[in-house]
Amino acid sequence: MDAILLQILNGLDKGSAYALIALGLTLIFGTLGVVNFAHGALFMIGAFCAVTVSRILTVSRTIIDDTQKDFLGNPLKVEVPYVHDWFGQATGDVIIDWAVPLSIFFAIPVMICVGVIMERGLIKHFYHRPHADQILVTFGLAIVLQEIIKFYYGANPIPTPAPSAFTGSFDFGAMFGFEPNTIIYPYWRLVYFAFAAVIIGAVFAFLQFTTFGMVVRAGMADRETVGLLGINIDKRFTIMFGLAAAVAGLAGVMYTPINSPNYHMGMDFLVLSFVVVVVGGMGSLPGAVLAGFLLGILESFASMRQVIEIIPGINQVIIYLVAIIILLTRPRGLMGRKGVMEE
Amino acid sequence: MLGLQKKDASLLLLVFALTMLAPFILNPFPEGSGWAQFNAGYPDLMQRFVIFGIFAIGFNILFGLTGYLSFGHAAFLGVGSYSAVWMFKLLSMNVIPAIALAVITSGLFALLIGFISLRRSGIYFSILTLAFAQMSFALAYSVLTPITGGETGLQLALDDPRILDSVSAAAGGNIPVPSLFGIEMRDSSEWSVGSWVFTFNNGYYFAAFIMLCSFYLSIRIFRSPFGLMLRAVKSNQQRLNYTGLNTRPYTLAAFVISGMYAGLAGGLMAAMDPLAGAERMFWTASGEVVLMTILGGVGTLIGPVLGAGMIKYMENILSKINSDILHTWFAFLPDGLEDFIVTIIYPFIGKGWHLTLGLLFMMVVIFLPGGLVEGGQKIAKLFKRGKKDDDGAKAADATTPAE
Repeated sequence: MDAILLQILNGLDKGSAYALIALGLTLIFGTLGVVNFAHGALFMIGAFCAVTVSRILTVSRTIIDDTQKDFLGNPLKVEVPYVHDWFGQATGDVIIDWAVPLSIFFAIPVMICVGVIMERGLIKHFYHRPHADQILVTFGLAIVLQEIIKFYYGANPIPTPAPSAFTGSFDFGAMFGFEPNTIIYPYWRLVYFAFAAVIIGAVFAFLQFTTFGMVVRAGMADRETVGLLGINIDKRFTIMFGLAAAVAGLAGVMYTPINSPNYHMGMDFLVLSFVVVVVGGMGSLPGAVLAGFLLGILESFASMRQVIEIIPGINQVIIYLVAIIILLTRPRGLMGRKGVMEE
Repeated sequence: MLGLQKKDASLLLLVFALTMLAPFILNPFPEGSGWAQFNAGYPDLMQRFVIFGIFAIGFNILFGLTGYLSFGHAAFLGVGSYSAVWMFKLLSMNVIPAIALAVITSGLFALLIGFISLRRSGIYFSILTLAFAQMSFALAYSVLTPITGGETGLQLALDDPRILDSVSAAAGGNIPVPSLFGIEMRDSSEWSVGSWVFTFNNGYYFAAFIMLCSFYLSIRIFRSPFGLMLRAVKSNQQRLNYTGLNTRPYTLAAFVISGMYAGLAGGLMAAMDPLAGAERMFWTASGEVVLMTILGGVGTLIGPVLGAGMIKYMENILSKINSDILHTWFAFLPDGLEDFIVTIIYPFIGKGWHLTLGLLFMMVVIFLPGGLVEGGQKIAKLFKRGKKDDDGAKAADATTPAE
């Protein structure tokens, strides 16, 4: 029982990342009908927003501290971040420590800008081109974006730690009456899951309970009619694209402590997220979220030792295998609408 | 000639001449000069030109004719490589059986994957092929290590059986090299004229010969009723279905043929350098052949070969340029301007060549859906029309006074 619970928990953080990226992909596909291969790059840009913020916060000046000596007996040079000067030592340290959560506030406007520029500058011209062309041009864009990041940040992963309050693990099982030390779970993964749940909830609430969201949903169902009613649906869809980019970017920001960001992390996630979207059903938002968590948990179950002993290598292929089976038996995915991209 | 129309025959002849004279054409700059780094006439790169040319020609038969965008074609390349290396290990160092097995196994593999993937079309087909290729990659890396060599890749060893080769060949203590009835693939002869050095590599000419054969075959496929059928699938599959035709056998045949082309390329790769690794099956490798085909011109005969050549040239030549070389180029400019220009160009060359490739690719997809070939045709048309317009203008000039 505890082993099963542990695997479910392990699957949650990866599942959250899949679900968030797939949610953004589906938003874009559902609204604009565009297959966005550059979505992984947006995830990656989000992660590098966190890197940028933590770098900006640690910008420092060098002072010579006469009270301390280095091993040669010279006065020690000490790097003092500017935040120390502005907010004092203690507050400054806390700010630097919390760089990753703070980058959320930086990432949201940046990602919305990136998304809107992308849509207005490039994707707009591809609405009426075939899906293959959309895939190709966004694939090219993904290459360009990741090369730009590589040029400025280098090719190596950049470790970005979580706030010290959330580093380390805790005995999750003991809280629920299991044997102590059977279910140890890192704090940050739980934070990531909670964060993903909040974001997903916020997106759904936004679509469900605001007028803007209602118009967008109407546009997803029948774009032409909404346009005929005198609503500028293009503008709203552009904003939705920015929102989808922000969701992917936030997923990236919060993922940095789990996996040090490097320039090709987006591509690695993209392939899997597409599989997730297809399993969930093209254009279905709940399907994307459900499939994301489902596949994340399935993946972690498949990497259990007992399972690998029975079917070796299953942990490597389980997601693809599930995708193939779903695509062949239930063409519109788990929760896809009838008739949407069923060909 | 050879059952081709006149236009195709001259295209084939042109490609024939270009590949045969490649050691000269690709080596236009004398050794030791500043431009020598742009020489691409060394065996390793020339082999890659033709091998990836074959790969792209095959991909074009599927994507260019039927419009099915496969994102998992590298899997067949990898399977071809593995089977060729196994043939080297077990049977003989002769390249013919190795390549034959590579083509056959990749064909069978393509039959299996195609049979399943072709039940869907559009984006789903792309995802399915991608999923299959990623599965093959993951399996080759982990569970199939006894067959594929896992992370180290599949390599030849001294104590491989090689039942057809004589024992004395291996007795020398060296691992034998792939050969064609005794002609070693890696051997080259050199011919120096003045300060030019031209290298004629056996492996290159072997691969080039196979490339010409597969190019010829692809022309025949393009012009055959079968090719017309595939084009019909691309333009309107529904209509074909309404007329009572089952398109599946046609698309499956195209998929298998293009998989066999990929296997052939993989086998040739192993023949040039007898090792195979799983990274050849990674999905970025599949993405590369997509880039090649689109860049050159999808659905055209010569386009994929051009695209393959261009990408491989950029990968090997453009990536070698570093900032020092740039500084020597622009040394004639005033210092400030020189630094400025070098800073601007630097991100696009050297390690950043992928950026250039990505931008170029996007430009092609946006403005030139027909690729470089369409670009060439447009330029040619521009010149022709320019002439015509001149004539028209003269005629107009001539008539106006009479009014």
